[in-house]
Amino acid sequence: MKKFHKTLALALSLALCALLLAACGETPAPQGGAQDSTPADGAVVIKIGGTGPLTGGAAIYGNAVKNAAEIAVEEINAMDGIHFELKFEDDQHDAEKAVNAYNTLKDWGMQISLGSVTSKPCEATSAETYADRIFALTPSASSTAVIELDATADPVTYKDNQFQMCFTDPNQGSASAQYIYDKGLASKVAVIWKNDDVYSMGIYNTFVARAAELGLEVVSDTTFADGNDTDFSVQIADAQSKGAELVFLPMYYQPASLIFNQAKAAGYAPAWFGVDGMDGILTLDGFDTALAEGVYLLTPFNADSTDARTVAFVDKYQERFGDIPNQFAADAYDCVYAYYQACTAAGITADMSAEAVCEAMIAQFTTMSYDGLTGDGMTWDATGAVTKSPKGMVIQNGAYVGLD
Amino acid sequence: MKNLLHNKNLRSQLLTYGFVIVAFAVLQLIAAGGGMSSSLKGMLVPICAYVVMAVSLNLTVGVLGELSLGHAGFMSVGAFMGVTAAISLQSAVPAPGLRLFIALVVGAVFAAVVGFLVGIPVLRLKGDYLAIVTLAFGEIIKSIFNNLYIGLDARGFHVSLLQDRTNLEQGGRLILGGPMGISGIQKLSTFLAGVILILVCLFVIFNYVNSRTGRAVMALRDNRIAAESIGISATRHKMTAFVLSAAMAGAAGALFALNYSTVVPNKFDFNTSILVLVFVVLGGLGNMFGSILAATALTILPEVLREFQDYRMLIYAIVLILVMLGTNNAKLRSLFEKLRRRRREEQS
Repeated sequence: MKKFHKTLALALSLALCALLLAACGETPAPQGGAQDSTPADGAVVIKIGGTGPLTGGAAIYGNAVKNAAEIAVEEINAMDGIHFELKFEDDQHDAEKAVNAYNTLKDWGMQISLGSVTSKPCEATSAETYADRIFALTPSASSTAVIELDATADPVTYKDNQFQMCFTDPNQGSASAQYIYDKGLASKVAVIWKNDDVYSMGIYNTFVARAAELGLEVVSDTTFADGNDTDFSVQIADAQSKGAELVFLPMYYQPASLIFNQAKAAGYAPAWFGVDGMDGILTLDGFDTALAEGVYLLTPFNADSTDARTVAFVDKYQERFGDIPNQFAADAYDCVYAYYQACTAAGITADMSAEAVCEAMIAQFTTMSYDGLTGDGMTWDATGAVTKSPKGMVIQNGAYVGLD
Repeated sequence: MKNLLHNKNLRSQLLTYGFVIVAFAVLQLIAAGGGMSSSLKGMLVPICAYVVMAVSLNLTVGVLGELSLGHAGFMSVGAFMGVTAAISLQSAVPAPGLRLFIALVVGAVFAAVVGFLVGIPVLRLKGDYLAIVTLAFGEIIKSIFNNLYIGLDARGFHVSLLQDRTNLEQGGRLILGGPMGISGIQKLSTFLAGVILILVCLFVIFNYVNSRTGRAVMALRDNRIAAESIGISATRHKMTAFVLSAAMAGAAGALFALNYSTVVPNKFDFNTSILVLVFVVLGGLGNMFGSILAATALTILPEVLREFQDYRMLIYAIVLILVMLGTNNAKLRSLFEKLRRRRREEQS
């Protein structure tokens, strides 16, 4: 027994020393995957890296992106032409760990990056990709700080090699106001929003600003926050008493489902209007879909669409991972295909350095137009923000129906 | 000189300084030779920050003998105040080195003030009660920063709580935006600055421990009643150690935050406090050299384990358990003791 203890203790201390040495001894030479990067047919293989929360509270987003990107890479590798090798590292939704993960990917030899899945970590990694001249296209980090280089400069300067596949949050607010105005859905509007949530606040601010420009009258403006998000009677009564014909709900679907329920109990039946956070309400457990009848929402992606590519993607995703893909997954799928299109057009080869690829990608993305699951004819300007038209949907008989 | 080297305290201090300097020199050489991975290069500054956190907490836990579970709170005060200072001085002080220095000092001063305020109620308690209250203060600090808005424009600073009511003029900048934290930070921290901060903190701690106050603090730790009976003021001496520890944590926070382009209040939560406590416990209470080694090893470890992918955090936890068991093993300790004795016999 004594001997065992000694041996164990020695082994442990040796193990710790070995780990430390291994860490210090790591060389920046691209390691591993030597056999993967030269497939039998001699196709070009580009190394794509990305970071996202695969563990922890935000893991649902990171895993959605990772899964969808894997599907896209598999599909592309089954075709002729450019092939991809994907490596996705966990950042636990933390800026420090995202930078660590990014550096690991750099050691691996990453040539183009999917950035990070969530906004704050992506802000941190985008500063690194900018300094290292590695091109990054994030599927889902929607904050404007991700693409901004210096927000205090006048005019604001942007990182030239950081692009987004998703809308920035503010963009959704103005698009919603425009949509309501264009379709003549209402003239008196109420807004209920969550004032401790960046997403909700970002959409609210631009919605109100755009509504004022268009002459939409915001008659009721009420808020809620974490902790008091179960009783909406005050907000609903305010909207009702001021005669709002439409209630705008820039929020995720859980509080929205309660609002629908409580408004029905109060006998209030305005038109409802949501944004992409509303996507998912029909699959919410225990939710009576009749309550969401007639709800409008503006979202770049919906899994119930009958578009052939979307159906194929949703089927494949569901078969492999057992879930219905969300918007994060669709954005990630689009990112990989956008890279495929850009790399093919630019004639990228496997031995090109990340800097060379970066310059070629900037040239491609600022000029090309891409059709994907989350929109047709997407374009990017030099700031890195995407221009795509959100699709208007309305819920009818428990399903999304596209509006034109 | 010979006598000096026979002084056990001094020898271990010189060994610690020497280790830090040699490690710095070796790493710089490796980096200059191009043999360092980006992964390790990216971790150098955070390692320095965690080392400073560990040695500063070791002052509270090891020397003062009080368990503090809210050390990350002081780190966050230092981080946010230090970065705020660095951002506001962006045009006034263009030299990055000087601005980093000012940020570290501002971070340390604010953290010391908060440490003093927290210390007033906390240090009246003992043992487990004190530990729980420090935990609570750590959470309070986090929640304050989650609701604090600081903006800067031509009219000066504007501060508001709960909601952004700073009403900045055109060209003003919202520096701290509640749960959004701070964005667009210019990276100022360097490995050299981190190593200098470590050396300064070690110098302060070693001299403090060997001073009159330090000895009084250790006497209080070992037997409070006996110490008080000979006229040592418990509150005053404990307070100096606590404030010193908070100040160093503040400097570490500023160093850490200025290494990334963004920082959020939730980063400095309970988990971070515990992580630093793990460094201290693993390195040995009161053992600064041990803290340095433990902080370095445990910061690098999760990155080394990346190749295990999904099992990474599980393996990290298992390694942690095994290391704790291993280093706490009486037999292992006696083995080391035996080796040491043998060497001493050989020398003499």
